[in-house]
Amino acid sequence: MNFDDTPQEAEFRAKARAWIDANAPKQYEDELRKASLGRVVLKGANILEVAKAWQKKKADAGWAVPHWPKEYGGRGASPIERVIWQQEEGVFGKLTAMFIIGQGMCGPTMMAYASEEQKRHYLPPLGSGEKVWCQLFSEPAGGSDVAGLRTRAEKDGDDWVINGQKIWTSGAHYSDYGILITRTDPTVPKHKGLTMFFLDMKSPGVEVRPIKQANGNSDFNEVYFTNVRIPDSQRLGAVGDGWNVSLTTLMNERMSIGANVATGFPELFDYCSSLTLDGTPALDDRAVRSKLANWAVKASGLRYTSFRSISALSKGQRPGPENSIGKLVAGSMIQEVAMYALDLQGAAGVLSGSEDAEVAGRFQAMLLRSPATRVEGGTDEILRNIIAERVLGLPGDIRVDKDVPFNQIPTKGRA
Amino acid sequence: MNFDFSDDQKQLRDQARRFLAEKCQPKAVRAVLEGKADYDRDLWKGLAEMGFLGVAIPEEYGGTGAGHLELCVIAEELGRVLAPVPFSSTVYLAAEALLLAGSEEQKQKWLPKISSGEAIGTLALFEGTGNPSPAAVKLAVSNGTLTGTKKPVADGAIADFAIVAARTGNSGRETDVSLFLVDLKAGGVTAKALQNVDPSRQQAELTFAGAKAEPLGAANEGWSILSRVMDRAAVLIAFEQVGGADRALEMGRDYALDRIAFGRQIGSFQAIKHILADMYVSATLARSNSYYGAWALSTDAAELPEAAASARISATQAFQHCAKQNIQVHGGMGFTWEFDCHLYYRRANALALSLGSQSYWEDQLIDRMRQKNAA
Repeated sequence: MNFDDTPQEAEFRAKARAWIDANAPKQYEDELRKASLGRVVLKGANILEVAKAWQKKKADAGWAVPHWPKEYGGRGASPIERVIWQQEEGVFGKLTAMFIIGQGMCGPTMMAYASEEQKRHYLPPLGSGEKVWCQLFSEPAGGSDVAGLRTRAEKDGDDWVINGQKIWTSGAHYSDYGILITRTDPTVPKHKGLTMFFLDMKSPGVEVRPIKQANGNSDFNEVYFTNVRIPDSQRLGAVGDGWNVSLTTLMNERMSIGANVATGFPELFDYCSSLTLDGTPALDDRAVRSKLANWAVKASGLRYTSFRSISALSKGQRPGPENSIGKLVAGSMIQEVAMYALDLQGAAGVLSGSEDAEVAGRFQAMLLRSPATRVEGGTDEILRNIIAERVLGLPGDIRVDKDVPFNQIPTKGRA
Repeated sequence: MNFDFSDDQKQLRDQARRFLAEKCQPKAVRAVLEGKADYDRDLWKGLAEMGFLGVAIPEEYGGTGAGHLELCVIAEELGRVLAPVPFSSTVYLAAEALLLAGSEEQKQKWLPKISSGEAIGTLALFEGTGNPSPAAVKLAVSNGTLTGTKKPVADGAIADFAIVAARTGNSGRETDVSLFLVDLKAGGVTAKALQNVDPSRQQAELTFAGAKAEPLGAANEGWSILSRVMDRAAVLIAFEQVGGADRALEMGRDYALDRIAFGRQIGSFQAIKHILADMYVSATLARSNSYYGAWALSTDAAELPEAAASARISATQAFQHCAKQNIQVHGGMGFTWEFDCHLYYRRANALALSLGSQSYWEDQLIDRMRQKNAA
């Protein structure tokens, strides 16, 4: 048992570190370090521009998507090298947030299902950040039950005509392309009538409307489709096979192993380390100590769980199921941490302005953003189902709509 | 990074699991639980023969000298089956204290007997209600003899010798405490078995009335030795807890697959699935924290104090959580004497207190994180 790199890993790490050291946008390092969930501020700079510039610089040197094949803009790095890159990129990795969905989910789906010509055309600019992609899956009537989606695609000559609405599409407002799952046959059971496409987000009939979220920000969108035409050549996978294609995408979402899941704990411990309560250090307070200790072991448990997965990668093995707990643990933890930080501030905890609030309002921002962490990319409940079924081998829930033609499934709860 | 046990260590685990599947079935645990024996002598003998008692004891003292990672592997397997033997008192506490602070003569005398299963040892620290602290050590020393009472002492009534914490100063500092080694069969000590929540492992009261004692380690350094012993034991007991938590999770999962209610397997209900998923989460966090503890223990890393506290807290939570929820998944059957659920519930709650309670370790963890931050 050790934490040492193999000689090859050490060599890769040294190369990555040297390049980052010479090229990273260090002027933003401090602000990025202080950024936390719900609050990323770069004073006097547009974060999208900074992010795109960093991504392009990486791409020119072959570091943008190191784990992708060379012909699509990567450097053919192994899974463990990908993790080492992320570790070395450190806080600058926060700048890649806007590319995660495109590179992490759309890219692998394109790699699995697009033609060779399409891959060579679309993947390199996706890797370099010159083109941003989004993923058009969730709908008002299909969240956790994403196979319940209703956006229609109907064949018309060599084209498909799309009508319907997507929701919770991250980054649709600055995306150039998207992958889109649609219903092509409503007369068969719901999983069987789906088909996947990719499209140009500038296509006529696509309308992106930002959602004003509960925390007041707008990171997500609704996307409306009105007679949008997509050529059949942009279909991914067979007609009616969209559900299987989407599983490729979703599996990739859960493979992001080296990525740090935000728990809020480092921020809270840091805050408590300099806080005094009734004239004595907060860290001398029994109640504070107990709370912190319980969160500390969750945060360390997640860190060492990812080390176990990384070790499997290092040996060329597939990681075990242990990594599936990350978002489930971190999501509710960051919400509790934020609430506790406000509690420690007493009545003034209610203040959220960066001038008046403690530590520039980072915990207030965290509080207001955190409910989404327990919903996005799989709710806590869906994640528990996945652990129960795929890890523990428990039977699936009884699905009353499984064998019913989609157009006969009830759509209203109460009349 | 290689944050995993080696293939040889995994083989050792398989070997231990096969051995225990035969030698330590639930009926063996129940024999001790129900008072038919004070510990399982056959199992103890078997553990000695397998070389498990001396797995972290160097060969020169009769052990196999394999190491502490191997001991973690054995601990997990013993925890899975709730082994009703004085393994933790003898191996994690007494042997570790001897290895850390014993004189050559003391090591020569006791370690071979531990490896061979001839001697049971324990640590006599607690004196009634409350968590470990130098101030709570009252047992008096005079002219090389001890006078006073220790309770609870794990396995105290079956032990051959004890490492005893005694007061040798009144400065109000840690240096008031020294450690002594007492041959419990040499007279001057009476032992009384005490009822406890997990009768598959004994607890006792030891009364010292002028018992002959020899110093273990330097005078007035008892507390610092104890702290190191407790950290090492915390990691090892964490592995027992991880093993127990995993087994409780498996029992719950198996029952949820077998039991039919409302016309379906109860494991198909989300209410049950989510309980089991949360058990998996806590068991996984505990395992990962314990691995880090194992690494720190096996390399004697500077991180050991923090790693040990994290492993201890996390593994205590996981075993308590899994044992409690295993009963919940079983419903009424889980509260019968006949089902084994209560054996795990009892052990989980006894281990949670065995080295001082959760609040004690929470304090330890924060102190240590704070020291690291200040440094």
